Amino acid sequence: MILFDRVTKLYASQQRPALDELSLEIEKGEFVFLVGPSGSGKSTFLRLILREELPTRGSVWVAGKDLGKLSNWKIPTLRRQIGTVFQDFRLLPNKTVAENVAFALEVIGKPKSHIKKVVPEVLEVVGLEGKEQRRPDELSGGEQQRVAIARAFVNRPMLLIADEPTGNLDPATSVGIMKLLDRINRLGTTVVMSTHDSAIVDQMRRRVIELEGGLLVRDQSRGVYGYAR
Amino acid sequence: MRITFVASEVGNGMRRNLTMTLAVIITVAVSLGLFGASLLVRAQVSTMKDFWYDKVEVSIFLCGKGSDTPSCSGGPVTVAQRDQIKADLESLKPIVESIYYESQAEAYDRFKEQFKNSPIVDNVSAGALPESFRVKLSDPTKYDVVASAFAGRPGIEQVNDQRQILDKFFRLLGGLQLIALLIAIAMLIVTVLLIVNTMRVAAFSRRRETSIMRLVGASNFYIQLPFLLEAAFAAGAGALLAIGSLVLMKAVVVDGVLAPSFQFTAFVGWDAVLTIAPLMLITGVLLAGLAAFFTLRKYLRV
Repeated sequence: MILFDRVTKLYASQQRPALDELSLEIEKGEFVFLVGPSGSGKSTFLRLILREELPTRGSVWVAGKDLGKLSNWKIPTLRRQIGTVFQDFRLLPNKTVAENVAFALEVIGKPKSHIKKVVPEVLEVVGLEGKEQRRPDELSGGEQQRVAIARAFVNRPMLLIADEPTGNLDPATSVGIMKLLDRINRLGTTVVMSTHDSAIVDQMRRRVIELEGGLLVRDQSRGVYGYAR
Repeated sequence: MRITFVASEVGNGMRRNLTMTLAVIITVAVSLGLFGASLLVRAQVSTMKDFWYDKVEVSIFLCGKGSDTPSCSGGPVTVAQRDQIKADLESLKPIVESIYYESQAEAYDRFKEQFKNSPIVDNVSAGALPESFRVKLSDPTKYDVVASAFAGRPGIEQVNDQRQILDKFFRLLGGLQLIALLIAIAMLIVTVLLIVNTMRVAAFSRRRETSIMRLVGASNFYIQLPFLLEAAFAAGAGALLAIGSLVLMKAVVVDGVLAPSFQFTAFVGWDAVLTIAPLMLITGVLLAGLAAFFTLRKYLRV
């Protein structure tokens, strides 16, 4: 699903590389935690997968495509296969829950009949049935993140990128969100999630990739947040 | 492609950005209106040139009793001199198209007719006006040929080209047209800058939407289309206003005021308006397109 082959990413303003000769592979259907201190290269890693950046050296493969050789007009096609969730939800405040989810389909030109069918379905998957007509500011943080997950998942992507999705949520709410991501993973979607939340990582016991200073310092299946075993 | 969705995005964007949209419409209207007006003045000058150059003549005034130029030192023109001049003029065909001799009596009659309401007629006697040859040239710009052949010749007081008088007038009009065109170009540049800035503001105020669109894999075309349509709509509305004002200019100012008061000359017809109007529309759309192209490339990349 994802292959990093000796990937180095240098930013013009920084001397130290954000990623340094990183090589790793993530299989289809995996659930991967990406951990490490701030500035360790987690965001760069995710941005490279989304083709928001290009590697300085090395190559990134996603869904069988070398992103370095992907022409500009094909980038949208790639992103349609990837769902994205952020710490700050990124919902449109002037649209309702259903409209926020439908927006993702409207802007890629899906027909109205299709949207009418799949939006209620995905809202049910994330547990927001009955709240379709609410606006984001009428929802709790956990509910807002569920809307964002619904929007990321409505296209049934092969890959879900979650950038600290529980970073703004209290522990109890976070557990709910993790259950939802786990469920999505069981439906066949590969999930890559960056996080600082040690409790979640320890509890889920999934593959953990740890970065530090742009280097891969740990890649452990069924791992925990810290080094303690 | 979801037309209703794109249309509602465009509507929302323009409402949110209403003052800027209005500013674009008005600037486009004013600059294109000025551009059109300057083209109309040029069409007017060329219409008048066609009209007047057809009528202008070179006048060769012959020496009379009171003439004091050196070439007239021999006194009034003699019959032999006059016949020689006529023969020489005939030999200049085909540059010379036609020759008409105007006697002193005819000159006086014409003078009386021209100034019939003025007391000046009473002070001028028939003998005071010179006899002349009125020469029509096949090509009015070949005046020099006639002038060099006849000016200063004994018996000829003065060779006079009416075209020179007209040219001063046309130069004045041409200058006005040039000024209008320069102002129009400056305004058009301002328009482009304003459109660029308007789109920047629009792109900024919709950055949430566009960032989400990028993430979920909307194509560039889909992301940029609402902005392009907004710019095109504003530019189109401005161009239509400008064309409307051009039509008004032609109908009210030219046909309503100028043409009835200056019946001695020709004015631009509707055919000129018909050629200028599409030019204005194309210029407007092109400018908006140009501005949009550069802005979108800079601010709305994938």
